[in-house]
Amino acid sequence: MSIKIQGLSRDNYVLPGHTACPGCPETLGLRYVGMALGKDSIIVVPAGCSTIIQGTLPKSSIAMRVINVPFASSASVASGIANVKEILKIGGIPVVWAGDGATADIGFASLSGSAERNDDLIYICVDNEAYMNTGIQRSSLTPYGAWTSTTVTGKREDRKEVPLIMLLHKIPYTATASIAFPLDFISKLRKAATIRGFKYIHLHAPCPTGWRFDPSKTVEVAKLAVEVGAWILFEAEQHKLRLTPPSNIYLDKHKRKHIKDYISVQGRFKDLSEDDLRRFEDFINNTWELLLKFT
Amino acid sequence: MVTKVLTGNYAVAEAVRLSNVDLITAYPITPQTTIVERLSEFVDMKLIKARLMRVESEFAALAAAYGAALCGARAFTATSSHGLLFAHEMLWWVAGSRVPMVLAVVTRTVGPPWNIWSEHTDFMGQRDCGWLMALAENNQEILDTTIQLYRITEDEEVYLPGMLGFDGFLLSHTSEPVDIPDEDVIKSFLKPRSQPYNMCSDNILTMGNLSNAEDVATMRYDIHKSMENAKEVIKEVDREYEKLTGRSYGGLTECYRCDDSKYLIVAMGGWVGTMKDVCDELRSNGYDVGVLKVRFFRPFPEEDLTKAMSSVKGVLVFDKSVSLGSLGHIHSEVLARTYGLSNKVVVRGVIAGLAGVDVNPNDIRGIILKFIGDVEEGGYIGNTSEWFLGR
Ligand SMILES: Cc1ncc(C[n+]2csc(CCOP(=O)(O)OP(=O)(O)O)c2C)c(N)n1
Ligand code: SF4
Repeated sequence: MSIKIQGLSRDNYVLPGHTACPGCPETLGLRYVGMALGKDSIIVVPAGCSTIIQGTLPKSSIAMRVINVPFASSASVASGIANVKEILKIGGIPVVWAGDGATADIGFASLSGSAERNDDLIYICVDNEAYMNTGIQRSSLTPYGAWTSTTVTGKREDRKEVPLIMLLHKIPYTATASIAFPLDFISKLRKAATIRGFKYIHLHAPCPTGWRFDPSKTVEVAKLAVEVGAWILFEAEQHKLRLTPPSNIYLDKHKRKHIKDYISVQGRFKDLSEDDLRRFEDFINNTWELLLKFT
Repeated sequence: MVTKVLTGNYAVAEAVRLSNVDLITAYPITPQTTIVERLSEFVDMKLIKARLMRVESEFAALAAAYGAALCGARAFTATSSHGLLFAHEMLWWVAGSRVPMVLAVVTRTVGPPWNIWSEHTDFMGQRDCGWLMALAENNQEILDTTIQLYRITEDEEVYLPGMLGFDGFLLSHTSEPVDIPDEDVIKSFLKPRSQPYNMCSDNILTMGNLSNAEDVATMRYDIHKSMENAKEVIKEVDREYEKLTGRSYGGLTECYRCDDSKYLIVAMGGWVGTMKDVCDELRSNGYDVGVLKVRFFRPFPEEDLTKAMSSVKGVLVFDKSVSLGSLGHIHSEVLARTYGLSNKVVVRGVIAGLAGVDVNPNDIRGIILKFIGDVEEGGYIGNTSEWFLGR
């Protein structure tokens, strides 16, 4: 599905006056969700930065239907909606918009349950690699070596591969995306909207506040993640995986930028040793290898 | 109307069948399980139009029912004990969202150690969440109250979710004859689904974003006011239901031979039936005893209770639940209503039947007679609290 910027809606789905930090990747992501799905989406938001971003009742900075729900419950709430759409003859697409903590940790059972039942909804994990809303604590998606307020000497465990775990649920559509590549993300969302069943999209969302970089560099850092191969863009239909264009060329290791280009711009990695750096590189290579087994 | 011999759990299932439910979410736990088993049969055999979601936890069961209800569905789920506790966070969210739905709670002890018998602590532990809470005495009341709760929760004066509790095994797995009203009768009794707002309508709404303190406090107060409104609605619905089926439960409480009583027994749930029998027997032996059955615990029937206590010497409260470190739950509610009574009333709370400890008519008679004896001998002895441990 090729999408051109000129053809996209110019409506504002994230309004001025929202309460995100400057350079927030979640507002970017939500804007793209609006551009892709418009007013069709019924967004289900668990506790996280995106609850705050909406601003204070009775106003909201998000011009879409939004249901805020308990931290662990978002997939289940969306499933409930999906299951009565037909019987109640209601339109709209239930879209979960959940952080990495809500997705990979506390809400993981809900997510897995909805996916196993193949409930008809789109689940987006907006992954800023930590619990940002509560002040930058580690999640199971925080990378090895990263400083967070609960891993002050650097995290000692690797992140888990949630997109692959979701792929192995054998859902009809799994994809990764990045806030640096809106057209890729939007086209994946649009494709997901045409598929019946459970669709999972994992959106990489570098956060200036939590990762310690300048708020003007959000998109740059997100791009670097792809260019060094640390974030791999793919989609999988019927659990057959294929790389999508921004990542295609990085299949060739030599085309990737040096890992340092990505690491050195982030304050959370400032204490990383040379050993840690090599480990990081190995992790990237292993992830590619693992991923390619599904192509 | 037909009469069938049904367990309490099957009585709930029949009520759900009659209530034109759109979504049922199901997760097994003893002693609730046969409710969702029976409902899944109904769904698979196309006896009802509802969708059934076989979810991965009680938390998900509540969450999915909530999502559906937000979008206009009449929803139902059921659980017990650990399942109810697991879903506790969602209970708050559903009530705070003002979304009507109905939950059956088959009461069961909370571990450790594991124990599947009935006590009421699981149910009573949810008393602060903003749900209407009724506890049934027998299987007929289980069926009738489930249906009534759909009407009450969807009344615009109320717009709150409701839970119906009843004793595990003692009712859930015990068969009794139950009158099942005709579908047409219930159809006319239950109006089409009504709720305060719909998240799947074309309106761009936001539910539950950040709010300032005053707004949240006001919303809490609104729930409290709706609880107060619910008192009249519950009575009205009960009267209307009586016209259609011939059965009434007195609204929030049932006063059994308590009009001219000197000693009032207060309790909730299945054992109230036993207490009524003991009451009859004591009456025939010259004791002026009556039973006040608390049918709805939330909203709490303050007015009924105050009235019933205003002319008695003693009130004996039986609780099948306890707030550890304090009192039985009904006992403390009763005590809070003795202030300001013009008569000096002695109150005793008895915590009994915990973890399914058997409390038979002899035990109940003994406890009542001892209480009457203590008051008659000692005059005004204030408030006392006792535990009956069955040994
Ligand atoms: C049951 C429960 N536990 C803890 C919290 C506190 N809490 C709110 S948001 C949050 C972190 C969210 O992290 P994530 O899902 O990664 O989203 P982000 O804030 O990074 O967007 C936590 C721990 C909560 N709201 N509910
Ligand atoms: S902490 Fe990060 S994700 Fe959260 S609002 Fe700020 S920039 Fe956005």
